Amino acid sequence: MYDVAIIGAGIIGSFISRELSKYDLKTVLLEKDNDVSNGTTKANSAIIHAGYDALFKTNKGKFNALGNPMFDKVCKELDVPFKRIGSYVVAYNEKEIKTLKELFKNGKKLGIPDMEIINGDELRKREPNLSDEIVAGLYAKTAGIVGPFELCIALCENAVENGVELLLNYEVNNIEKTKSGFKITSNEKSIEAKYVINCAGVYADEINNMVNKSKFKITPRRGQYYLLDKSANGLVNSVIFQCPNEMGKGVLVTPTVHGNILVGPNSEDIMDKEGTQTTSNSLKFVKESASKSIKNIPFNEVITTFSGLRAEPTGGDFIIEESDTEGFINVAGIKSPGLSASPAIAEHVVEIIKEINDGLKENKDFNPIRKEMVRFSELDDQKKAELIKKDERYGRIICRCENVTEGEIVDVINRLVGARTVDGVKRRTRPGMGRCQGGFCGPRVVEILARELGKSVEEIVKSNKESYIITEETKGDIDYDKKEKKLALS
Amino acid sequence: MLNYDIVVIGGGPAGLAAAIEAKKNGVKDILVIERDRELGGILQQCIHNGFGLHVFNEELTGPEYAEKFIDELKNQGIEYMLDTMVLDITEDRKISAINTENGLMNIHAKALILSMGCRERTRGAINIPGTRPAGVFSAGTAQRFINMEGYMVGKKVVILGSGDIGLIMARRMTLEGAKVEAVAELMPFSGGLTRNIVQCLDDYNIPLLLSHTIIEIKGKERVEGVVIAKVDENRKPIPGTEKHIECDTLLLSVGLIPENELSLKAGVNIDPRTNGPIVNESMETKVKGIFACGNVVHVHDLVDFVTKESKKAGKSASKYVLGELVEKEEIIKTNADEGIGYIVPQRIRMSNVDEKLELFMRVKDVYKNVKLVIKADGEVIKEFKRKHLAPGEMEIISLNSSLLEGKQVSNISVSVKGA
Repeated sequence: MYDVAIIGAGIIGSFISRELSKYDLKTVLLEKDNDVSNGTTKANSAIIHAGYDALFKTNKGKFNALGNPMFDKVCKELDVPFKRIGSYVVAYNEKEIKTLKELFKNGKKLGIPDMEIINGDELRKREPNLSDEIVAGLYAKTAGIVGPFELCIALCENAVENGVELLLNYEVNNIEKTKSGFKITSNEKSIEAKYVINCAGVYADEINNMVNKSKFKITPRRGQYYLLDKSANGLVNSVIFQCPNEMGKGVLVTPTVHGNILVGPNSEDIMDKEGTQTTSNSLKFVKESASKSIKNIPFNEVITTFSGLRAEPTGGDFIIEESDTEGFINVAGIKSPGLSASPAIAEHVVEIIKEINDGLKENKDFNPIRKEMVRFSELDDQKKAELIKKDERYGRIICRCENVTEGEIVDVINRLVGARTVDGVKRRTRPGMGRCQGGFCGPRVVEILARELGKSVEEIVKSNKESYIITEETKGDIDYDKKEKKLALS
Repeated sequence: MLNYDIVVIGGGPAGLAAAIEAKKNGVKDILVIERDRELGGILQQCIHNGFGLHVFNEELTGPEYAEKFIDELKNQGIEYMLDTMVLDITEDRKISAINTENGLMNIHAKALILSMGCRERTRGAINIPGTRPAGVFSAGTAQRFINMEGYMVGKKVVILGSGDIGLIMARRMTLEGAKVEAVAELMPFSGGLTRNIVQCLDDYNIPLLLSHTIIEIKGKERVEGVVIAKVDENRKPIPGTEKHIECDTLLLSVGLIPENELSLKAGVNIDPRTNGPIVNESMETKVKGIFACGNVVHVHDLVDFVTKESKKAGKSASKYVLGELVEKEEIIKTNADEGIGYIVPQRIRMSNVDEKLELFMRVKDVYKNVKLVIKADGEVIKEFKRKHLAPGEMEIISLNSSLLEGKQVSNISVSVKGA
């Protein structure tokens, strides 16, 4: 019997699990996929919003304002890339200037610091590639960018280090209220828990509707993006938003924490909760729309396109509350600014648990610090030399675009919540994120994964279970040893 | 700090030929740095034949062709490092590199030869919409898996792009038991060698769909199919021509891009038409003492031409080290005119040219029975008749230096003229 079962290891579930690991609880984090951070957390704008946008007196407004200042500490503790680079909302005309003023006013009410409205010329002095058509901008100094999947993975790693159990490939297909709590069933096995926290992203409605009388619906709202090569670095140095409208914050252009440029998203409601395909029309829209705010975006340097699904709830605001079933807490509809709000949401959810549990005992052994990540390419020469001396695998570059060493890849496979797939390695330490998109390092990463996990190369997948890379060995007996071994084993 | 006369970055066909030639021309301390586990570069995965017809007058496989140079390199006693990655180079030819054995190395070279080759364009670069499942490979990656690692990557295959690697892989996949459903080509002509279309597609009844492209990739986890469509003369998909092809694998052979990230660090300037360094007659870049050759300069169709060009770079680098390269002189610019995509070299100093001036170029379109017209400052100095010109096949013209002797020429242009 667990004390708490958290459903979904996206940014919200992961943050809550780490927050709960500060207390003396038996917590389990359930994830349907074979890795954490596999849904919306891996495909979004990666922005920590200043918080002026979401309306005062909404959950979105409240938790964004609270969440933003919390990022410095948590990202430092977990060694996750985070940069406060500031943001601008740009306006093209009087009507939009009015919107800027409303945003400013709303921000003031929410207590957002360091905002100012500046004119177009001043704006272009700071960001020279902004369109000449822009007449004003709302600057917010506290906006930032983060590595969202790095953060999510780090949170899970730290949570597990502090006692949380993580069950991957655990797709919840039923939840029953019992006398002492809940019985959760998957294809594999059932578990019991006193409390359930529903952080299932676009599936949060289905999880809720398994137990609660009060139903809601989550609509996947798809957004598509372009990711540009690092050679486009410097195009903009802060987050550039367009004026928000009823479908969201419009198309933005921003640097990423790794020095790429991200352009997107559009916004379209779809039916399919797995519908993460890109479409030519939407990508065209994103391109045209972004080109209105930024001059000469080098779209010839696109290295990939992708899409993510916002979890759009009925009602429009975050649903963060104990449901009509006692002990079942919904944390649902966490669309933008969900990432920015996530640390504050996690704290709040713990407060809810504290209240229904009549307090919680602290985990005295809680260690907030995650083992440091090695980022070889960012080290100075002396440190590089020392590292290779200590472990020669840091002297072998596997990913030549991002200069990732074998040592780093082995490290992320062997850590807690280690990488099990090619995409898992990519999200943790970046081989395949660069301009060749894994063309050169792909086969090497597959080989290292197989070696470290003691699996055959054919068993290594790109991401989900059926995403096999290799179909079979070639006809020729290329590697006699390998064949011999196989025969001996059988 | 390690010191060498010449450091060659990249031990593929270009680097090997350049290093050997430099040694033959009297330079002693040469180091070849190779990032892969063996010398030979991409040739090692090109197990088909067709290499060496120009250089050796025989048909060799890629590894056989490479072996000849590797043997020669070893015979010449040229130093090389494998599994070694260059992290940085500077304008004054300082190199920082790492490997497992020596750790971090700082190396200085009197002359530097860049021969890093090229990489493949990706799905992202050409923006094919759809899902992002496993089973989408660049043709070269698939080739490595199959020919070097010994693993098949799929059973039912569609190939986009009819460049040589795409064509070669259509045959290779077929021989390994896969069914190649089609090769789709955006252009109204193939970007590959005619012999490859015959030997790799026609011989196996693999359809080549010209003026077609892939407009969507389907499949959640592994590729389940692709949607292809016909394109109009502006290469835009024509509505109503969409067709779904069921497959588990998509190979992309949609172009090669010279890998010049290191070159840029040293301040080398890049020609937007070739995506490679702007070089002169000696294959020297804008930065004194830094030379470049092979696919890092421009993408070649035949390795034989890489060898030829790289020998020139190796020889020039040795001359530079020995102080024999003529540096101060009026420069002639080459100009890709009507019908010509690019010309290498982009700059010429006649004093460093032996009796023949060679210009490497690619045409923009398919032409039949035309002339290549060479002009010096607007005046025709030579014409070459050509029965067939295609963008997939590199064109080399060889001019007698005497044609330009005694003339103060500042510009040489090449154009295609109808017969």
